[in-house]
Amino acid sequence: MPIVLIVAEAQPDGSIRKATLHALAAGAQLASKVGAELHAVALAKDATALANVVKEYGVKVVHAASAPQFEQYLAETFAPAVAELATSLKAEYVGAAASAMGRDLLPRVAARLKAAMASDVMGFNGDAASLTFVRPMWAGSVIAEVKLSSAVKAFTVRATEFEAAAKAGGGEVKAFTPAAVASPTTFVDFKEVKSARPELTEAKVVVSGGRGTKGDFKEIEALADELGAAVGASRAVCDAGWVPNDLQVGQTGKVVAPKLYVAAGISGAIQHLAGMKGSKVIVAINKDPEAPIFQVADYGLVADLFKALPELREGIKSSK
Amino acid sequence: MNFDLSDEEKSFQATARKFSKDVVRPKAAHFDETSTFPKDIIKAGWELGLMNMTVSLELGGAGLSHFAQVLVAEELAWGCAGVATSMIANDLALLPVILSGSKEQHERFVKPFTEAFKLTSFALTEPSAGSDVAGLTTTARREGDHYIVNGQKQWITNGEYADQFSLFCTTDKAKRHKGLMCLVVEGRPQGLTVGKHENKMGQRASNTVTLTFEDVKVPVKNRIGEEGEGFSIAMATLDNSRPLTAMFAVGIARAALEHSIEYAKSRQQFGKPIADFQAIQFMIADMAKDTHAARLLAYQSACMLDAGQRNTLVSSYGKCFAADTAMRVTTDAVQVFGGYGYSKEYPVEKLMRDAKLVQIYEGTSQVQRLVMARELLKG
Amino acid sequence: MKILVTAKRVEDPESKIKVKPDGSGIVGEGLKYKINPFDEIAVEESLRLVAKFPGEVVVVSIGGKEVHEQLRHALAMGATRAVWVNHPGALDQMAIAGLLQKVAEKEKPDLAILGKQSIDDDQSQVGQYLAEWLNWSQATFASKVESFESDAEKNKVPALVVSADLKSVRVVREVDGGLNTLDCKLPAVVTTDLRLNQPRYASLPGIMKAKSKPIEELTPATLGVDVTPKLTVTRMSSPPPRKAGIKVPDVATLVSKLKNEAKAF
Repeated sequence: MPIVLIVAEAQPDGSIRKATLHALAAGAQLASKVGAELHAVALAKDATALANVVKEYGVKVVHAASAPQFEQYLAETFAPAVAELATSLKAEYVGAAASAMGRDLLPRVAARLKAAMASDVMGFNGDAASLTFVRPMWAGSVIAEVKLSSAVKAFTVRATEFEAAAKAGGGEVKAFTPAAVASPTTFVDFKEVKSARPELTEAKVVVSGGRGTKGDFKEIEALADELGAAVGASRAVCDAGWVPNDLQVGQTGKVVAPKLYVAAGISGAIQHLAGMKGSKVIVAINKDPEAPIFQVADYGLVADLFKALPELREGIKSSK
Repeated sequence: MNFDLSDEEKSFQATARKFSKDVVRPKAAHFDETSTFPKDIIKAGWELGLMNMTVSLELGGAGLSHFAQVLVAEELAWGCAGVATSMIANDLALLPVILSGSKEQHERFVKPFTEAFKLTSFALTEPSAGSDVAGLTTTARREGDHYIVNGQKQWITNGEYADQFSLFCTTDKAKRHKGLMCLVVEGRPQGLTVGKHENKMGQRASNTVTLTFEDVKVPVKNRIGEEGEGFSIAMATLDNSRPLTAMFAVGIARAALEHSIEYAKSRQQFGKPIADFQAIQFMIADMAKDTHAARLLAYQSACMLDAGQRNTLVSSYGKCFAADTAMRVTTDAVQVFGGYGYSKEYPVEKLMRDAKLVQIYEGTSQVQRLVMARELLKG
Repeated sequence: MKILVTAKRVEDPESKIKVKPDGSGIVGEGLKYKINPFDEIAVEESLRLVAKFPGEVVVVSIGGKEVHEQLRHALAMGATRAVWVNHPGALDQMAIAGLLQKVAEKEKPDLAILGKQSIDDDQSQVGQYLAEWLNWSQATFASKVESFESDAEKNKVPALVVSADLKSVRVVREVDGGLNTLDCKLPAVVTTDLRLNQPRYASLPGIMKAKSKPIEELTPATLGVDVTPKLTVTRMSSPPPRKAGIKVPDVATLVSKLKNEAKAF
């Protein structure tokens, strides 16, 4: 039976990186399409803890290798180990989440296995004979179906496209000892960067407040903090002196194009739209059902922002 | 006839366009509002080689064609006409020296401007002599190996920041054209006063001042050509600069056109984008057609210079048509934007104010028509 | 110091990319091309390093004659010479890495700097394949710690810190949740992330000097590389069009839609 092998990843504190659960779900989907078994591999100084978590998520076997050289992730030590395991298992598919580690590691694994690779996969089509990987190209302007014809096929998974695997019966953990490899690269350090609020024009999420806030931005800021977002404002709010001018989004303010733009208490005059209509998803919250902003919003909620924003914040928090 | 740009020309245009988009345009509104001089931007443009393009390699320039320079001029003006004027006025001011100066004068008066970032100024116009160039009254009286210069110049670009002036004066007012002379004035000699920066309608980033000469001593060896040759030197200079000025107008017009197209597609009235209405469609079509026609006239007038041909007529066609086109196109752009076009929050009213000057400087649209008529009806 | 750097030809990010109705590819008409922005950052970093450790920046591009445009751009920025691998057809990442491997073995650079990904396929693989096949150190997503307003950036200080004896390089990488620092023995492969530097313009004198810089022509045949693709795109389609917006009745529905439909968090 063919094998789909997913690389599990731990966070710096040893707990499983959530993206791995999404990768496992993708692996399960792939496995069912091609009639394969789902396996996983965990590498760490002591991999048993990680492996024991992973085995609960519908994985048949978690292969765990514990060694001092795996204390810190390095492509030069992890890739040979994963490749060696994949070869010994005759794994046909090797994948990982498209996290920073997955994106750094998998191509090196693939290179070692002379495997072609599809990055940032959003889905799978077909069956074992006709399998294609669905992935974005040109920054998502194009969705492509890709066929890999090498004996082994590698891939990374876009976590947001697969719902996290649910707990599904215990698999087993098998220890393995990969050959030790000298690495020309040394880990120096990892510095956690606690994001202060991101810069408005670079933020992936922006939460903006308008006249409806009457100058009280507490809920705007709280929601922004929950989403790791930047805070923006309409011109009216800046003109009134309620918030600093550099928060202004609009024709004379900043032009932003985040993945998510939440406009609370903003009517949606054309000057404001000029600054945010390029956003991928627009949410509008306004008491007035006729507000022009609803014409550009993907999701509109007619509500009092002072009630809706705290509820929204709670809802997001609990669904994370 | 090949209308394509060479690979090299495309590269020049790409660099100028990127500079204009990333460096000039974002600051254009600020320099317009404050009417301040964008010295750092101009210096950055100098460092990229966007000034002194046609100055010969021997004199430290790039030895590039006039055509390459007009390509750059359009891109700079697209970003901000005031910035473009500031940069190219420098090149214009060096032209009299390059066209009619001696080798020694080239070394003394041109080379310093390719070796380091410095600006020069073209000083022709006076309070009472604009279109009537031959009627200028700044006098130069010969005394031994100096001229003593007295008079006033008006609307002098870069005057406050210039290290050198190409000055046009007369040794005999009665002789009108035949009395004109070109002198290079270095630095700030005793008796030269630079007036305050004019509060202008548009192109406000461009520094515009009066110059007052009170018994200013200028060495005779700073004279370009002979006494009495000043008028023809000035006219030859303008033949060279008309293609550039025309391209300023094209750049302004293109900016106005692009803004209008984008706005027309997004502004909705009566349930649809205004781009769906014929009134707007016709305006945009005419704006684009005339802008491109102006561009091609300017291209030809530059190519004629490169071919060593006299381009007076075609360059006059170009400057006149382009300037009048830019005025029309920018006015229509404000119209397309409607109420928002009238607000300084949107970029088009600045373009309309900037365009007006192109109809006035470097020979008014009326003077251009005189030039054209004279060429067409002579002999 | 000798640095090998890539200059891939890609569609201008400002171009509107449209899929052909039959899904066989993208519409080529009206498209403009430029150097892959991440590769441009790689070229800039190379120039800064060679300003500090005098040597050569060798820029390489793969494709038909049209890639000369990108090579000339890199040369105009200041690269020393160019290598053109002449192959007009489609190439997958393994083929590209295979070709670059042979060029690297021929040129023997101290560093190979590539963009972390190219903005057409967004695969983000070639640097890593190359490092593995050369058996070199790899440091991906190289980033800079200081802001672009810093004096270090204004003075074009390289972000990659090469040791004085040219034996190693210290690289700061952008990873999930923070910055990771690695020490890599040279020779190494580094891939650049967005915030590594601000590439210089191709000045007009630079453009003119580039005309006389050599472009060496190689082919997959002369390099001995089989470029038969192992990855093929069978179909392209447009992402689902922007749906008309909807009004949601309550916050709970909004949260659910944002999470599951819009995948916004």
